[in-house]
Amino acid sequence: MRRDHAVTPPPDGSERLATPAAADPVAKGDCEWRPSRSPERQGRPRPLRRTRRPGIRSWVTVAMTAMVLLPAAGCERSSPGPSRAAQTSPPTRIVSVVPAVTEMLFAIGAGPLVVGVGSYDTWPPEVRSLPKIGALLDPDIERIIGLRADLAVLHGSQDDVRAQLERVGIRTFSYTLGGLDNVMGTMRRLGTLVGREREAEEAARGLERRLEALKQRAAGRPRPRTLLVFGHDPGTLRSIDASGGIGFLHDIVELVGGENVYRGERRESLRVSTEAIIAAAPEVIIDLRYGHSVSEEELKREREAWNVLPAVPAVRAGRVYVLGGDRFVVPGPRVVDAAEEIARVIMSGGEVAR
Amino acid sequence: MSLKRRVFLTVLVFGLAALGACTLAPLVGSTPVSLRRVFDRSIPFAENPDAQIFFVARLPRTVAAALVGSALATAGVVFQALLRNPLATPFTLGVSAGAALGAMLAITFPVSLAFAGVSSVPIASFAGALGAVAIVYALSTVRRQGLSTEVLLLAGITLNAFFSSLILFIQYLADFSQTFRTVRWLMGDLDVAGYTPILASLPFTLLAFAVFAWLPRVLNLLTLGADAAAARGVDVVRSQRLAFFSASLATGAAVSLGGPVGFIGIIVPHMVRLMVGSDHRVVLPASALFGAAFLVGCDVLSRSVMSPMELPVGILTAMIGGPFFLWLLLRQR
Repeated sequence: MRRDHAVTPPPDGSERLATPAAADPVAKGDCEWRPSRSPERQGRPRPLRRTRRPGIRSWVTVAMTAMVLLPAAGCERSSPGPSRAAQTSPPTRIVSVVPAVTEMLFAIGAGPLVVGVGSYDTWPPEVRSLPKIGALLDPDIERIIGLRADLAVLHGSQDDVRAQLERVGIRTFSYTLGGLDNVMGTMRRLGTLVGREREAEEAARGLERRLEALKQRAAGRPRPRTLLVFGHDPGTLRSIDASGGIGFLHDIVELVGGENVYRGERRESLRVSTEAIIAAAPEVIIDLRYGHSVSEEELKREREAWNVLPAVPAVRAGRVYVLGGDRFVVPGPRVVDAAEEIARVIMSGGEVAR
Repeated sequence: MSLKRRVFLTVLVFGLAALGACTLAPLVGSTPVSLRRVFDRSIPFAENPDAQIFFVARLPRTVAAALVGSALATAGVVFQALLRNPLATPFTLGVSAGAALGAMLAITFPVSLAFAGVSSVPIASFAGALGAVAIVYALSTVRRQGLSTEVLLLAGITLNAFFSSLILFIQYLADFSQTFRTVRWLMGDLDVAGYTPILASLPFTLLAFAVFAWLPRVLNLLTLGADAAAARGVDVVRSQRLAFFSASLATGAAVSLGGPVGFIGIIVPHMVRLMVGSDHRVVLPASALFGAAFLVGCDVLSRSVMSPMELPVGILTAMIGGPFFLWLLLRQR
């Protein structure tokens, strides 16, 4: 559904912080050439092997070779990857293909360290001028290496990319999508990783306080049955995708005082028929419009599309809300803005509806 | 048995099946509906969920399923006869790929193209279908006077592949939510939520059916080969052209209404032939009725088995139709 959601998260649902050593053929001893690994060497950059391979001048060439000759890539350690000592110190050059994590990095004050972002990154505005390094399906490994990154934030399912980057000595942070809590949890873990625990804790606390305020506001009030729609054909009620009982948007609806009509479905999204919607009888419909900016005229047209189902209480009571913007797609720090907006519409007519 | 009697009996039996399916389909679904409340005029329509489920959710999609099913099944019969190839389907000549390309573009690059209550997706897919038909026809007539079925077939298959690559390209450019929606579109969806989309595609389907009514005798002769047909007084080129355009029109209208629902266009004609023989005067009306009954039945399952979630109807057609066809095939031998 949403950009970050299309990835099937690995079942463990955890984030992994992998070090190159795990996938390092050198460490496993399956290369002939074996660098000295004595402790006193650590902290000093590895001497380049250009004396042994004078032909290979550019590290870009090395990177390409590394990609082509994967089994041998571990031997090609002359690339300017980080030295082993750098692996325990905080990263200084971060790339992220995950928009949510990019936003988190900026929120915890690690924005200046970000040197490359994913194709879908649009927020904060600073990222627009940063080099693009691809996304889930088309990560540009050469570019990541070329940006001399020492930490790459990847989607949890990008196993191949992770393995390749680790072979050239770039640490990775695997992001998996979770519920609303995962936003703050990921921020805190990022804080530890990039050496900004305090800032991360502050930022996460700030978000939690705002969410708690929303929760308090909803306490004791009637909980309107809410249908959260992720998409349908423009101007008509065809091909309706709605939120099931998993995901940060579902969590938001429930937190701010709504009751997701499909809370019992253990899926993030489901294609529902008009019949199912009439039967579910939602009192509030939130129709999300992603990506492109939504004109006033389009908002009106999308709202009116629901008028073919006057038996639905939300339609009868005029409680169909069309909301747009990518804060509803990207589970980063801005989800709290999204939550405040959803709270506003769910609570707006709370007393009137029933 | 005389032909008239056979046609009458076939239409009667298959007609009853189609009628039965269409009558029963709106009565079943994920939600229990009280028929008394559905037809209770004393309750205002706006406050009567039962009536709305019946008239807004179930009846339109039953009608849509019947239309799409019969259009695809008959188009399949016509294409198989026209191309003299039992593996031909309504999608062989690139009509559906053109329609899919149009739909992908409309989903990926949303524009306010809605026209008279029909959204941009069916409009764009119908335009895509017409575009594909025009290209294939132009290619097949460019070499010589008349229509070459070999060139038609090859041009269609090539166009299919070409459009498929464009579709993949667009999907690759699109973001995930759009890609998911485009993939879902390819599985077919009959929840049309109202009568406007049906009314929009009905004139094209009816026009195609009107031509189909004239075709059966010609199709019988065309299956013997163009020369044999010509020797028996058939205006081969004109008939082929009519068959091609009418079947393409029916396919385009069906695909823009319900998506490229697979399997029906190839297997229903063969099922019907196994049951009633290969005379097109019987096969064509029987396919129209059986296709309708079959898709209406599949749609009932698609909206009830996993409710409230929809199971794409395109998955069910082959899942149910495949074993049924094999059973028919084995029983005959």
